[in-house]
Amino acid sequence: MRRIKEFIIEKLIFLSGLTCVLFVLLIFLFLLKEGIRVFKAVSVLKFLLGKNWYPISEPPQLGVLPLILGSLIVTLGATIISIPLGIACALYIAEVAPLKIKEVLKAGIELLAAIPSVVLGFIGMVTLVPWVKNVFHLPTGLTALSGSIMLAFMAMPTIVSIAEDALYAVPKSYKEAAFALGATHWQTIYRVILPAASSGILAAVMLGIGRVIGETMAVMMITGNSAVIPHSILQPVRTLTATIAAEMGEAVVGSEHYFALFAIGIVLFVISFIINVSADLFLHRRKI
Amino acid sequence: MSNPKTTQKIAFFFLFLATLLIIVPVGLIIIIIIRKGLPAINWEFLMDIPREGMRQGGIFPAIIGTLYLVLGAIIFALPLGLMSAIYLSEYARDNFLTRIIKLAIVNLAGVPSVVYGLFGLALFVVFFKFGASILSGSLTLGIMILPIIITASREALETVPYHFREVSYSLGASKWQTIRYLILPNALAGILTGTILGLGRAAGETAPILFTVAAFYLPQLPKSIFDQVMALPYHLYVISTQVPNVTEKMRYGTALVLLILVLFMNLVAIIIRYKFRKKKKW
Amino acid sequence: MVKFEIKNLNIWFGGIHALKNITLQIQANEILTIIGPANSGKTSFLRMLNRLNELQTNFRMQGVVEFNKEDIMKMDKEKLRQQVGMVFALPSPLPLSVFDNIAYGLRLQGIRKMAKLREKVELALKRAYLWDEVKDRLEISAFNLSGGQQQRLCLARTLAVEPEVILFDEPCSGLDPISTAKVEETMLKLKENYTLVLVTNNVKQAARIGDRTAFFLSGELIEIDNTEKIFTAPSDRRTDDYIRGKFG
Repeated sequence: MRRIKEFIIEKLIFLSGLTCVLFVLLIFLFLLKEGIRVFKAVSVLKFLLGKNWYPISEPPQLGVLPLILGSLIVTLGATIISIPLGIACALYIAEVAPLKIKEVLKAGIELLAAIPSVVLGFIGMVTLVPWVKNVFHLPTGLTALSGSIMLAFMAMPTIVSIAEDALYAVPKSYKEAAFALGATHWQTIYRVILPAASSGILAAVMLGIGRVIGETMAVMMITGNSAVIPHSILQPVRTLTATIAAEMGEAVVGSEHYFALFAIGIVLFVISFIINVSADLFLHRRKI
Repeated sequence: MSNPKTTQKIAFFFLFLATLLIIVPVGLIIIIIIRKGLPAINWEFLMDIPREGMRQGGIFPAIIGTLYLVLGAIIFALPLGLMSAIYLSEYARDNFLTRIIKLAIVNLAGVPSVVYGLFGLALFVVFFKFGASILSGSLTLGIMILPIIITASREALETVPYHFREVSYSLGASKWQTIRYLILPNALAGILTGTILGLGRAAGETAPILFTVAAFYLPQLPKSIFDQVMALPYHLYVISTQVPNVTEKMRYGTALVLLILVLFMNLVAIIIRYKFRKKKKW
Repeated sequence: MVKFEIKNLNIWFGGIHALKNITLQIQANEILTIIGPANSGKTSFLRMLNRLNELQTNFRMQGVVEFNKEDIMKMDKEKLRQQVGMVFALPSPLPLSVFDNIAYGLRLQGIRKMAKLREKVELALKRAYLWDEVKDRLEISAFNLSGGQQQRLCLARTLAVEPEVILFDEPCSGLDPISTAKVEETMLKLKENYTLVLVTNNVKQAARIGDRTAFFLSGELIEIDNTEKIFTAPSDRRTDDYIRGKFG
């Protein structure tokens, strides 16, 4: 009796172990199943490089280039801001801050990670957006720049915590050896610790970028949602994620518009897949 | 300027500045929301249905909706995630299959939340014909938080020293008995922490519920798991961007309630972790 | 009566040939001590007897190990481990109270009634000569006991399951001389009812309490004989060298 019970439990455990693989496959399959049908109406090339996104005009024009560029410009802006700040913060926490302050800072970073993105989007709307508008004398503060700043902020917990882990993983002996040679603490950080932790920091940056590309609500609330090819960071843009979130509610199930939004989902899925797999490789190649 | 000590001072100052630039806004955001949201919080706001096109009244249905969704997500994700973690920590060998599973978990954790929304729509709402419902929304959120629960549980299971397992086997325990009576009780705190963090994440997410459950305006409580519900994060999105002339007080009030809910869960998780660390004997 | 019959036993961990062609018998109600330098295979031999080696995924074996004339590889391994208990090198209480540590194995067997558990726990603690020291604080965490008490607790925990054979894997390596003496005294008394196999790094300990002694070197059984003979007139020079402390 006990044997049978345990046999069943162990089989269940094994099956549960496989569920994550199943879900990843299911996500991909269902995106593909719905998304691929848009390519009956437009070619892959026209979809990816088409300059016009008018999904409800007649006939619909389904070019996602403006959206891709929108995501790109916001992500680029966020990356430029978040990499130096994030790594600097990780360095400060891991190497410089006294123990007590370190705990406070870590709690602060965890707190930031816990704030829902819709709350950050809301706060961005009422504080950041007017600020950008006034500083740059723009007709609207809902711009790619606002999105970049907000997303840089939202990527911080990812970048800081993973980079900090990477810095901690550097063996103490490296540091002691550098000190023994008369290097200052900063020289040690700069010449020894940073290079030794580089692949972990690279993974941190990549996962941060992944977070930025995938972020939806905050970006939808503060980038202005205009699906035109952006020429400046001070223009409203619309990202891939925001497009799905904003339009799926109105898209008729089974319409070309509906399929096109799923096709955008495929693009996002593939991007996040590539980022996560390569970041994982960097994280696990690091064997000190 | 070539003095290394001076360089170090300047460098550390900039590191400190960067840290402030990240941490200070976090504090400011919390303070702003509390200061501007607190005046909105009263019995009516918490316990009444929205009125006048969400410009008056309260947010009770949204609070209840979020609680239902979170509960549903955890009922689905906790057993599955825990068993999956047990597999990885206790059964899995270092082989190709295990690598694939770990990779899948990493990927699942990285899939954009809006893509979860699409997936939930295609699988649960359309394919399984659950419609936009608590069931669809909970399942979608459940899959989303699965990696969080698995990762935390696995870590908790693996911190139980290997030697305890040997002792248990040497006393005639089977593998499952060892897991059930020795490893799980000792990993409980870590599992709980991960679960609650997952709950907090599920409570705050908007994109996955946009097309799977969330109702724009539904001033009543759900009667079954096949009903739509309002949800706090979506409600905040709606009243800040979709409905004109909502008072600032109501928006901040909604943001504050959501924030408190999420931070409360995180706080509980932190307390459990802290207490457990103090009690830990090995 | 023969408790264990080991015939041509070879085991490997990955590419390492840990035991080479071991053949020996273990008699009922004797204390067999196993001595030898580090990495001589003595612990692997001990863990063969309750099939703990199998926990390592790269374990392979050849040969036969019989317990009460039954091939242990064909037995239910949980049943085998109930009959062949083990006390580990370092005191290894589980993170439970004193009482629950002892009751752990009993509960596994499905004993749930408190009265029955209490009775058995008391008996086990008395047999391990620990009862008087802990009878008033059965509810405290086992980690609060001293090292020697912890080791006797582990012995009591093993006894509670009522095994026929008890394996000791260097049980005194973490203990001070006084605790060691207590554990040794306990082992000598246990001999009446149990078969004991003791792996030890301490040659003097083997001389003090072993009925027979086996000397292992590099995975081979060099010789096995009455303890007195091993220590006074060993037939192999390497045994003599080891006992005199020339290596290991």
